[in-house]
Amino acid sequence: MNDQTTVMNKNYQKILERFPHDVQVDEREGYSGLLIEANQLLSIMETLRDEYEYDFLTSVTGVDYLPDEKMEVVYHLFKSTGGSILEVKVQVPRSNPVVPSLVGLYPGASFQEREAWDLLGIRFEGHPNLTRILMWEGFAGHPLRKDWIETFFEGDVKPYEDRWPEGKVSKVETTNPYGKNITYPDGFNPETWIPDSEDLLFQGSTVVKVEQEETGIETEQLVVNLGPQHPSTHGVFRMVATLEGETVLDLEPVMGYLHRNHEKIGERNTFSMNMPYTDRLDYFCSMSNNFGYALTVEKLLGEKYQPPERAQYIRVIMAELTRILNHFMAIGFFLNDLGAYFTPALYAIKERELILDIFEAVAGSRMMCNYYRFGGVVRDLPGGIEEQIRKLVYDRLPRQTDEMDRYLVENEIVIGRSQDVGILTPEQAIAFSAVGPVLRASGVPYDIRRADPYSIYDRFDFDVAVRYHGDVYDRFLIRFDEIRQSIRILQQAIDDLPEGEILANKPAYKFRIPKGESYGRVEGPKGELGYYVVSDGTDNPWRYHVRAPSFINLTGLREMCLGEKVADLVAILGSIDIVLGEVDR
Amino acid sequence: MPNELNKPEYNIPPGMEGTVAITTLDRIYNWGRRYSVWPMFFGLACCAIEMIATAGARFDMARFGMEIMRPSPRQCDLMIVSGTVTKKMLPQVVRLYNQMPEPKYVLSMGACASGGGPFKRGYNVVAGIDKYIPVDVYVPGCPPTPQALLFGLMKIQEKIDNQSIKHVSWYQDQQDEGIPVPVLGPDLIDLRDFPKLMEKEQDKEVQA
Repeated sequence: MNDQTTVMNKNYQKILERFPHDVQVDEREGYSGLLIEANQLLSIMETLRDEYEYDFLTSVTGVDYLPDEKMEVVYHLFKSTGGSILEVKVQVPRSNPVVPSLVGLYPGASFQEREAWDLLGIRFEGHPNLTRILMWEGFAGHPLRKDWIETFFEGDVKPYEDRWPEGKVSKVETTNPYGKNITYPDGFNPETWIPDSEDLLFQGSTVVKVEQEETGIETEQLVVNLGPQHPSTHGVFRMVATLEGETVLDLEPVMGYLHRNHEKIGERNTFSMNMPYTDRLDYFCSMSNNFGYALTVEKLLGEKYQPPERAQYIRVIMAELTRILNHFMAIGFFLNDLGAYFTPALYAIKERELILDIFEAVAGSRMMCNYYRFGGVVRDLPGGIEEQIRKLVYDRLPRQTDEMDRYLVENEIVIGRSQDVGILTPEQAIAFSAVGPVLRASGVPYDIRRADPYSIYDRFDFDVAVRYHGDVYDRFLIRFDEIRQSIRILQQAIDDLPEGEILANKPAYKFRIPKGESYGRVEGPKGELGYYVVSDGTDNPWRYHVRAPSFINLTGLREMCLGEKVADLVAILGSIDIVLGEVDR
Repeated sequence: MPNELNKPEYNIPPGMEGTVAITTLDRIYNWGRRYSVWPMFFGLACCAIEMIATAGARFDMARFGMEIMRPSPRQCDLMIVSGTVTKKMLPQVVRLYNQMPEPKYVLSMGACASGGGPFKRGYNVVAGIDKYIPVDVYVPGCPPTPQALLFGLMKIQEKIDNQSIKHVSWYQDQQDEGIPVPVLGPDLIDLRDFPKLMEKEQDKEVQA
């Protein structure tokens, strides 16, 4: 930890010397990173990217510091060759929050800046398409602002007042005139209200006639909506594709159909209440989600809450089982998308059930495990489970992986459909902040377990899976590679699993979290899952942000799809492996 | 199979048992329907994964004649609302419901669809799909286990068994006109709330 800090300080020093007037070290209690003047942001970020090799902008988010009348935009920068974080912050007045957009330097910031505009109302100057992304155009207000109040508001922070005062149940619906989760701004008159005309694009299938300049032939461009109810969008995702014949000319992803206000609810919750909510982010991988959140808050809590050895091993075992489960399902659904309707998915579901049996035994729930706690895990492995895991990782899973491999990998149709389709070059992948299998299939061997090790991953012997073509086929193959590496880690972890405590502290519901901020990240099955938490010293987080890998991987979707055939859209989307709970949060 | 259909009060001539059934029209009609309930292939959130698991080998929805999941609402009998319904998604859900032909059933799967669940207080979350479309069976859980979903599906079958051609709404003269699709304004606008909304507006004007 100390080594890292000195390295960081050296880095800071160089940057500070370079820009003595516009850069300051963030010296607030518990904070770290650099504060930059908004008008110098672009030039400094360009220097950081080109000269200091901070080419990987993983997360952009905003924080509303209501008491200070300030909005802050936080950038989390990394080097794509590995290493620790550089945090850069820009503060702007809350009354007129305008920050220059970084889309020109880091295209991966695009969706995240739109999200910050949508939810916090921070305007990014120079963004090519600064529209709402999770809510719809015309929605009243920016809901993540601290003074924005939702319909079913009961209090700033949980726990709320008694729900059963004097034995009578009080329902929040009764306080609303419509009995529903609805409020309208003052002066809203439905008769004179004119709907915001959503872009013509989104209205439905439209045909635009275009005359080709060279030949003078008139061709038709067709706008097609795929989704939000579509069997191969993996949930409620929508792609608006402009087609000419079969070729994709343009593509606009539309999301937010599962925006469940994770962050607003998270900021009302106490720290430990958020753990079960993280289960529901990426609902295939609740264990990994728990892992990331626990690590983030443990960073704030300090050394005393470092989990004991046994808990560390159990955490790794569960996280790696989750990765195998997720990749099996990703492969199954991907084959679904290619048209192998449901048979490969059924094979994948079979293996998933066996892993879910283990989760159910240890956590009590199949999908929503809520298993990790700050400082450990909630309960020890029940009897017999160790043996069951051992059987799985030494026998069943390697065998089944080989079987799936035998059926699918050399398959003529799979190769024909996916090779050289939807190519993402390494440079593009880094620029679009792609993470996880998508990044590694493009030839960038960036795995947080290696690049910036957390927990006890530095003890295990495994290879970072990497493929070099960046096409759909490689994104499909890399999941097999990762399953095999996870099995290797699991075999070592289950052999070395020590006896002992599973929780560093006494079980508790409330934690007094010291003031400060923390960005924790894990290599989830879908890529870098980051949590940004700001604590103001109370029981509830002041800011709680999730950097969702599926959401940011979608930034590059348009680039991958341009010029491809419409039938490939579904394959490309399937190869990214998104989960809407995480995309929309 | 014929024995299952027989009405006990009619005696079947000896020698013909097991080959002939004497039954009522309702009974044979419902018997056909209960074993061919086609659910819509329509996943909203986490619960959809458990719905797919139910279709998988271990739980096997096909045992109830339900393995054919159709992505088009025009071919479906059952809408499984599997997950959190958001305000942004609600117009589509209502539209899908309207597009389903009668007889149609709705199963609300999980806490979110039934009442908002853990996300009830969210600004973009509809606290219960039953505020907009009629629900036949609620399955609690977050998410419900596949066993729970199967139980819910069996309850739908029971409901079908108890219906009679004489009374069911889709054979009446008065046809249901469908549910008005909500509109996205500054917040979700349910057109059925219009009178109430206007009333409130007028009250305000009077006060001013």
